[in-house]
Amino acid sequence: MAMVQPRSIRARKLGAHLALLGFVSLVVFPLLLVISISFREGNFATGSLIPERFSLEHWALAFGIPWERADGSVVQPPFPVLLWLWNSVKVAVVSSLMILALSTTSAYAFARMRFQGKAPILKGMLIFQMFPAVLSLVALYALFDRLGQLVPWLGINTHGALIVASLGAVALHIWTIKGYFESIDGSLEEAAMVDGASTWQAFRHILLPLSVPILMVVFILAFIMSIMEYPMASVLLLDEDKLTLAVGAQQYLAEHNQRWGDFAAAAVLSGLPITAAFLLCQRWIIGGLTAGGVKG
Amino acid sequence: MYITNASRGLPRHRSRHLGERYSRWAARALVAALVISLMWLVLAFHLNGQWMFALLFLVLGASLAVVFTRRSLMSHRYIFPALAGLGVFVIFPLLYTIGISFSNYSSENLLSEERVRAQLMSRSYQEEGAAFSFALHREGDLVRLYLEAEASSELDEAMAGQRRFVTSPLNLANEEARTIGVQPVEAPPQAEPLAMREVITARGTLQALTLVTPEGVELRMAGMRSFAPMLDRYEARDDGSLYDRRDDRLLTADQETGFFVTDDGERLTPGWPVAVGLDNYTRIFTDPDIRGPFLQIFVWTFVFAGLTVAFTLAVGFVLATLLQWDQLRGKAIYRTLLILPYAVPAFISILIFKGMFNQNHGEINLILENLFGISPSWFTDPALARSMLLIVNTWLGYPYMLLLCMGLIQSIPRDLYEASAVDGGGPLTNLFRITLPLILKPLTPLLIAAFAFNFNNFVLIALLTGGSPDILGASTPAGTTDLLVSYTYRIAFQDAGQNFGLAAAIATLIFLLVVGLSWLNLRLSKVKV
Repeated sequence: MAMVQPRSIRARKLGAHLALLGFVSLVVFPLLLVISISFREGNFATGSLIPERFSLEHWALAFGIPWERADGSVVQPPFPVLLWLWNSVKVAVVSSLMILALSTTSAYAFARMRFQGKAPILKGMLIFQMFPAVLSLVALYALFDRLGQLVPWLGINTHGALIVASLGAVALHIWTIKGYFESIDGSLEEAAMVDGASTWQAFRHILLPLSVPILMVVFILAFIMSIMEYPMASVLLLDEDKLTLAVGAQQYLAEHNQRWGDFAAAAVLSGLPITAAFLLCQRWIIGGLTAGGVKG
Repeated sequence: MYITNASRGLPRHRSRHLGERYSRWAARALVAALVISLMWLVLAFHLNGQWMFALLFLVLGASLAVVFTRRSLMSHRYIFPALAGLGVFVIFPLLYTIGISFSNYSSENLLSEERVRAQLMSRSYQEEGAAFSFALHREGDLVRLYLEAEASSELDEAMAGQRRFVTSPLNLANEEARTIGVQPVEAPPQAEPLAMREVITARGTLQALTLVTPEGVELRMAGMRSFAPMLDRYEARDDGSLYDRRDDRLLTADQETGFFVTDDGERLTPGWPVAVGLDNYTRIFTDPDIRGPFLQIFVWTFVFAGLTVAFTLAVGFVLATLLQWDQLRGKAIYRTLLILPYAVPAFISILIFKGMFNQNHGEINLILENLFGISPSWFTDPALARSMLLIVNTWLGYPYMLLLCMGLIQSIPRDLYEASAVDGGGPLTNLFRITLPLILKPLTPLLIAAFAFNFNNFVLIALLTGGSPDILGASTPAGTTDLLVSYTYRIAFQDAGQNFGLAAAIATLIFLLVVGLSWLNLRLSKVKV
């Protein structure tokens, strides 16, 4: 800006920068600290942010490679972090795809069709969605316990149960996609239907290709929510090699055996891809999140 | 907005292409297969006597069949899959939970009455006074077991002569469970009995033995010196009661409490679940050991959710107004750094804080120690633990408020600020007279949603404090930092108590609160459908 600024404005700008920098450093400190700890030697090393005694031990263990210390002793990886990450990704991809399919078709009906009970169903879905899954865990456990006796891949301690259980959480996604569909003019589809296309064809060949961006957003949102899901996974999964990351990670900081360094490496390793994905897609994700509800 | 051909009354579209017909038939076959497999589940659950689950899948299968065969329900086909997911995994568990809240379902009252009865009937006991002392006699590499009735009572003394038995030679190295017949003999075998030391070495083998006398009485090892007959402990009577042979008493099935009870009221575990009406609810409000902790947790849950919303909103709003300042540079970088807590998965950042707040090794206490020489015990002092939760949750939650406020502030017309500048209004006047009043109204429903979310913020509590430090004198697991949800979770899944009925009652109460909140939310935000 070419204008000459009064002194008070410059002082205020300086103050604002200082305040923001101070706050940012408070916010970023824990994250930097964890990165630093992951490179420190030993599990309780303290010191400056830039490690004085650099070691890749924790990273090797996080990748599942046994680590030989300087004194010759070999440390085995405490937990299968990569397996947990793979479990999480597997569950998240499958359940997000299914959620996407369910919510897209219903959003289409809610946006474009007139039928009985539309308004109460939409509102009712929102209300039921507010009920946290933690509270009905006893019932869900009983359901999958009994179901597992008849259909083994849907029982307790299977990823199938976890994936299927996530299908209840579609209301927010339906609202998001419905809003997007309503912002697209319906005349194209009407023209297609006048020319003899069926409702399904109009949806499949005309509306869907136009809505790829919002479908991406909903997929990413569902993916992140599934990765972070804790209560259901903590009750439905039992074996160590079945756990998802959200449930497994806490074992590093168990009551009597805190592996702070190993945790740090595992946290950075598994948290980085998710954080990066979030930041890359933030423009779309934030629109979806702030329009609908709260990050879960 | 348009309507389907079918509902408009126009002739339904008929596909002329063969491929489309095939896919239509494939879709029909898929629906039929789904209906059939659901009906198979209904049958299986019905045969197992689990009528709630049978009913669930019956409703599901029937509605699937109806929606996909009736042409007038064309639109409902699109919403059916999502509604089915919601129904099976949200609404059914909810109804089931409400149902459990009127029962005494718990780890003690878990099995059905038939299973409890079967379990009791399989229990046995060793009759005292009818024991046989035993000795091991070597015979080559093998060993014979010799039994002689103990002359402990006059009756036994009289019969002692006819109560001597011996087994065929046994291999003591074989520790498998075996059932072996014994033969009556006149006198003990010739060889010297083995010493006690050797008997002790062989006790694994002996404990696995079941000896059967010619009369069919089963004998099992009862001590290092004796074998005794195993008898069925309970005898079923025709009126449904059980007779306890060992203690000579009658047990009647009490359908009020779900236990077999003696005449003087002693209960026999395990029991079975029975309906107890409003008992769980009255316990919450009248039993002092539950009411005290419950009320404390109830108040803390509201305080926690309210303060979280207030703190995150305050931080988020201040940052948003700073970032909206046109003349400030580097806003994009600040913004990205400031929403970082939102981008990092919560289960990782919560655990990071758990490590940082560690009393002995945590970085926070190291810094406090160096600066002020204090080392607060964040996890054992209730007030400190609560402050820690609020600090961590503010760190986690302010980016959401920041994003909301930024969006809302951007939508305020610029000319309002220009008019204010012309009238000589400063930044504070702008803040309190223009910005705040204008964003507060659209913000309210979102604040209620945030309140409801934090009201049920289970993950934070479960990963950071686990509810501890505990409330003293509570009869159920209850902690000073527990929220209602984590309290419910602990009653249902932690420790030995596992009181599902009580947990379900609290869950039902929470549900009523949440429904109230979301109804308020819908009213305030005037959602248009």
